[in-house]
Amino acid sequence: MKKLTCNVDIKHLTRVEGHGNIKITIQDGKVAEARWEVVETPRFFEAMLVGKHYENAPYICGRICGICSIGHTLASIRTVENCFGMEPSTQTAKLRLLLKHMETLQSHILHVYFLAAPDFLGVGSVLPLTQSHPDVVQRALRLKLLANDICDEVGGRRLHPTRTVVGGFTMLPDKYRMQQFKSRLKTCLPDLTDSAELFKSFAFPDFTRETEFVSLKGVNDYPFIGGDLISTDGVNKKEHEYRTMSNEYMDEYSTSKLSKLSRQSLAVGALARFNNNHVHLEKMAKDVATMLGLTPVNHNPFMNNVAQLVECVHVVLDAIRLIDEILSTEYQAERQPVTPRAGVGVGAVEVPRGILYHCLEFDGDGRIIKGDCVIPTSQNHANIFHDIEELAVFCVEHGKTDRETELLAEMLVRAYDPCISCSVH
Amino acid sequence: MDEKRTFLGVDVVKPRVGFFELSSCEGCQLQLLNNEATLLDFLSMVEVVNFREGMTEKSDAYDIAFVEGSITRKDEEERLLAIRRNATLVVALGSCACFGGVNQLKNRFNDLEWVKKEVYGDHPIDTQETKPLSAIIDVDLEIYGCPIKKEEVETIVTNLILGKAINHPKYPICMECKARENICLFDLGEPCLGPVTRAGCDAWCPSNRLGCWGCRGPAPAANMAQFLEICKAKDIPMERIMDRLECFGGFQQSVEQLRTKEGSKP
Ligand code: SF4
Ligand code: SF4
Ligand code: SF4
Repeated sequence: MKKLTCNVDIKHLTRVEGHGNIKITIQDGKVAEARWEVVETPRFFEAMLVGKHYENAPYICGRICGICSIGHTLASIRTVENCFGMEPSTQTAKLRLLLKHMETLQSHILHVYFLAAPDFLGVGSVLPLTQSHPDVVQRALRLKLLANDICDEVGGRRLHPTRTVVGGFTMLPDKYRMQQFKSRLKTCLPDLTDSAELFKSFAFPDFTRETEFVSLKGVNDYPFIGGDLISTDGVNKKEHEYRTMSNEYMDEYSTSKLSKLSRQSLAVGALARFNNNHVHLEKMAKDVATMLGLTPVNHNPFMNNVAQLVECVHVVLDAIRLIDEILSTEYQAERQPVTPRAGVGVGAVEVPRGILYHCLEFDGDGRIIKGDCVIPTSQNHANIFHDIEELAVFCVEHGKTDRETELLAEMLVRAYDPCISCSVH
Repeated sequence: MDEKRTFLGVDVVKPRVGFFELSSCEGCQLQLLNNEATLLDFLSMVEVVNFREGMTEKSDAYDIAFVEGSITRKDEEERLLAIRRNATLVVALGSCACFGGVNQLKNRFNDLEWVKKEVYGDHPIDTQETKPLSAIIDVDLEIYGCPIKKEEVETIVTNLILGKAINHPKYPICMECKARENICLFDLGEPCLGPVTRAGCDAWCPSNRLGCWGCRGPAPAANMAQFLEICKAKDIPMERIMDRLECFGGFQQSVEQLRTKEGSKP
């Protein structure tokens, strides 16, 4: 057999958020170079915050990312509230979780249908699918619209929310509309079952590389907002110990910081959450996982797409439960008073792409002395880097052509649903 | 989607459009995708030839370039100049592109070395003072907002394609807010930049009981002096007004004047 030689050089990978490059050089059947480079411009959010009063924190930090602005806003709010010793009311906690769920649904649907699915259906974008698979595109739009409509109602706006503030909400959702959303959520379940059928027809590459998965640790529920931290290598830590869970460092190939824990890299995201917390999933979500061949602990990064769909099912069912509970109780005050105090606060939130940490240090007047944000995609970068190396070897072993190697490498990075501008922030 | 369209008996040509992002949160581009109900209709009016976030194919032959984000590194200046050469019309999409957006908050320290050190320590990193597109190229049209309001963008783009005039409102947010019969936030003790900010978002934030932070920049018809009088009368601390005025870069002039006047440090 002819020895494989291959050259993949992708500048500014498409169908991902932000700017990254892939380089793979294979010479005479040997991998000479295999790399994932992050070239995004830094925006310096941590510096921007210095000297600002606490109310700026969630408002500015939300702008780290357009796709997960709700997650950033909620993480920042949690950070401030933790520092000031505030506990959200049950009502606030439920509304925040509902909002979080709808961001997860919106973001996962955008990713699996608009960014990832075209690869599995052999096209360059969702545009040709509007002609060839109109029902699939309509279904994706329907699900995304529903999620976004609920974000508008609960958070005030689908991106860069307006109602979410330290202490609670500026305004509460209309109960009549919430009732309608509940019916729409129920009727979208068949759309999710159909999505699972579609996924069944996708050929997920049979590629695995063992790694360490990090996420929040569920106690009674599948976790999204706050709590202890856990890894599949057996590390357990408290929320405020996030620095020793993420261990950020810099590297010449990346303008983003990178992370590691027990091994050379770690992974966060839907697959990490599934691997650590699958027992807490709703039954229907578990069934979809089983049907699509996803069982814990799964080390195939391409299966992150499946884990995202599984989570869509879970959050829809949990959102129905939350709306029921919200509707069955009288509304309490939307907002509690805030009394700043000096100290350090940490907030960990599971955003669509994985665990996100914010940390803020305040003076006694509630002004920020120092800020730190550890982004899911920055925690994944090193893992993507090592996956690309391993994938290059996999391609040599399987005698893949240039084009096949390129496509697999692109699909691999896309599977992480990277949010690169967010990772550099 | 290839059928011919006409407007008032005149053929409507589908422009070739490209979407580009510099330093940004990509939220403004996402807002276009967030228009689920009308997205497909919208896409049928144009031919998208370059949209890195959404498609693999790319082409440099486009008529209209929508550019999101601000300039924070030399290579972005070069990319922007190339876009300007290729496009007939360049549209600045969102407040990052129009004024620098939140990204320009790092400029207020007037000390890039400190800013770099605060985030990256001693690791070398390349950045420059944040600039809007208009600092580097001629911009044909600005669409304000952080984020942009999707309904407004669709109207603007439709008008652009049909060759109709595009007029941004000259009046402030308060006009829209009053029309929506909202409770005025000043009556709830909250600051709001509604009286001085350019309308067009239909009083998005005040309608959700959050004061306006001025993301669309100053209304041409605004009376800043009078506004500051109101804030004083309502006992709103100057710091809270400044936080809002300086957040997105649109009120840069007023911010500089106020800083000199108050002698306040950033
Ligand atoms: S203007 Fe706001 S929403 Fe738009 S890209 Fe900039 S930060 Fe994001
Ligand atoms: S809430 Fe703001 S925009 Fe509305 S009337 Fe009052 S000042 Fe004007
Ligand atoms: S109300 Fe003010 S801050 Fe809110 S979207 Fe409109 S201009 Fe921007």
